[in-house]
Amino acid sequence: MTDVRVAGVGLTHFGSHPERTGRDLFATAALRAFDDAGVPREDVEELNYGNFMGALAEHQGHQAPLMAEAAGVDCPSTRYEEACASAGVAVREAVRTVRSGEADVVVAGGMERMTNLPTDEVTEGLAIAADDLFEVRAGVTFPGAYALMANAYFDAYGGERRDLAHIAAKNHANAVPNEYAQYRREVSVEEALDAPPVAEPLHLYDACPITDGASALVIVSEEYATEHDVDAPVAVTGTGQGTDRMALGDREHLARTPAADDAADAAYADAGVGPDDVDVAEVHDCFTIAEVLALESLDLFEPGEGIGAARNGVTTADGALPVNLSGGLKAKGHPVGATGGSQIAELTRLLRGDHPNSDRVPDAEVGVAHNAGGTVASAVVHVLEVAQ
Amino acid sequence: MSAPASNAGYDEWLDALAAGEGFALACPDGHGSLPPRRVCPECGSTALSEEPLAETGTVETYSVVHVAGPRFADDTPYVNAVADFGPVRLTGVLRGAEPDVDAVAVGDRVAVGVEERATDGEPLVVFRPADGEQAVSRPADGE
Ligand SMILES: [Zn+2]
Repeated sequence: MTDVRVAGVGLTHFGSHPERTGRDLFATAALRAFDDAGVPREDVEELNYGNFMGALAEHQGHQAPLMAEAAGVDCPSTRYEEACASAGVAVREAVRTVRSGEADVVVAGGMERMTNLPTDEVTEGLAIAADDLFEVRAGVTFPGAYALMANAYFDAYGGERRDLAHIAAKNHANAVPNEYAQYRREVSVEEALDAPPVAEPLHLYDACPITDGASALVIVSEEYATEHDVDAPVAVTGTGQGTDRMALGDREHLARTPAADDAADAAYADAGVGPDDVDVAEVHDCFTIAEVLALESLDLFEPGEGIGAARNGVTTADGALPVNLSGGLKAKGHPVGATGGSQIAELTRLLRGDHPNSDRVPDAEVGVAHNAGGTVASAVVHVLEVAQ
Repeated sequence: MSAPASNAGYDEWLDALAAGEGFALACPDGHGSLPPRRVCPECGSTALSEEPLAETGTVETYSVVHVAGPRFADDTPYVNAVADFGPVRLTGVLRGAEPDVDAVAVGDRVAVGVEERATDGEPLVVFRPADGEQAVSRPADGE
């Protein structure tokens, strides 16, 4: 089996860019990725593109050929949709394609344009990641669904809003030096606690913002990198995916995410590493409680222990296991269909040593990325390692 | 607002719930699910029968929603809850208790029926505190 390398990464600024079209955002990320990789566009054999709500936001279906054109590549292109995990599955399929020997160079990433819509329409748009008949019609919103999980967690294991506020404060602090982040300002625990409620127990600073942005990665085989003298020091050594029942109420446990358990188990086994080997993680913190659930599914903490990780200083930038040094979805931003690619781009930069927060993890060799769709009916986990 | 498009199986289920004859689907092994459904999602059995819901359900989790989409704009703030009704859990809006995190608790007993959304009059699965149960003015525990 061929080893897979990340040859280059490209991101747009994550933030409010209501006037920028999806095609312009993705082209920007893709060109930056080619520039970073030093791989010519003519060598790209496939484009895997993630997007969630382009049909609502831009009245644009069939986006993959449009994005191939925008990125200046002439190859088969496919759009992947798995709600907030769209780019995660796009990357996973790129890894599998390169491993199979079908292609040596694949571009994977995604784009979401959101702020051109009024907030209530974005709320409605995001809600469609839940079961329309039995959840959305019953009043479930995207923050509301995670609020249901947060309350179930508090009931099962304990914890309180202050624990969640520490996660918000941590991720905001991490975003300050990140040039791509939407919110490069610190938020105190007290400020987070005092913010207005969105869906209690979650308040404004428990929630990720509405974001426009794109991500792109140039994924290559190790042989291609060697032959073409491409500097690609980070390898994707593990990939895993899991699926659960669509509606939260149909899950085995309301405060756990078995789809992510499955994705993590598969990714660790694939890479031949375990949770104890992980030096740094980027996890899907669309809401503060989601970071807790992610850390527990990744086996980095036992069920019931993840809630205190930020408050106890374990997952802060100077802790033993820094989590979301990019700022996470929480502060870096969450352009839904781009997020899974962005996490891997940030982790690659952290491991290469050229991320503004790389000095927090100077000896890191193993990183893990966790990307979730909906209320984690879908999950994708990747293991990245510094190649020897 | 126009009437929602019909969804065979779901519409009949909602009508039954409105008539006080709510049901779930169950396979011979007792796994519950909601219609329309041809296969038990737990075990793959295709022998699904209609089983009545329990008279009352138990709130397993809830949230107080302050920000909602256009279809619930005039319903906010409202309590959204997931309640266990025997073969299945149902998700709905809890009415008859203050929309306050301390006015509701996990473990509260609720009845289920169908009422109208305040925003547009469309049908809505609604929980109400079960008869004889006190669901208001509970002191907050902890903190
Ligand atoms: Zn069954």
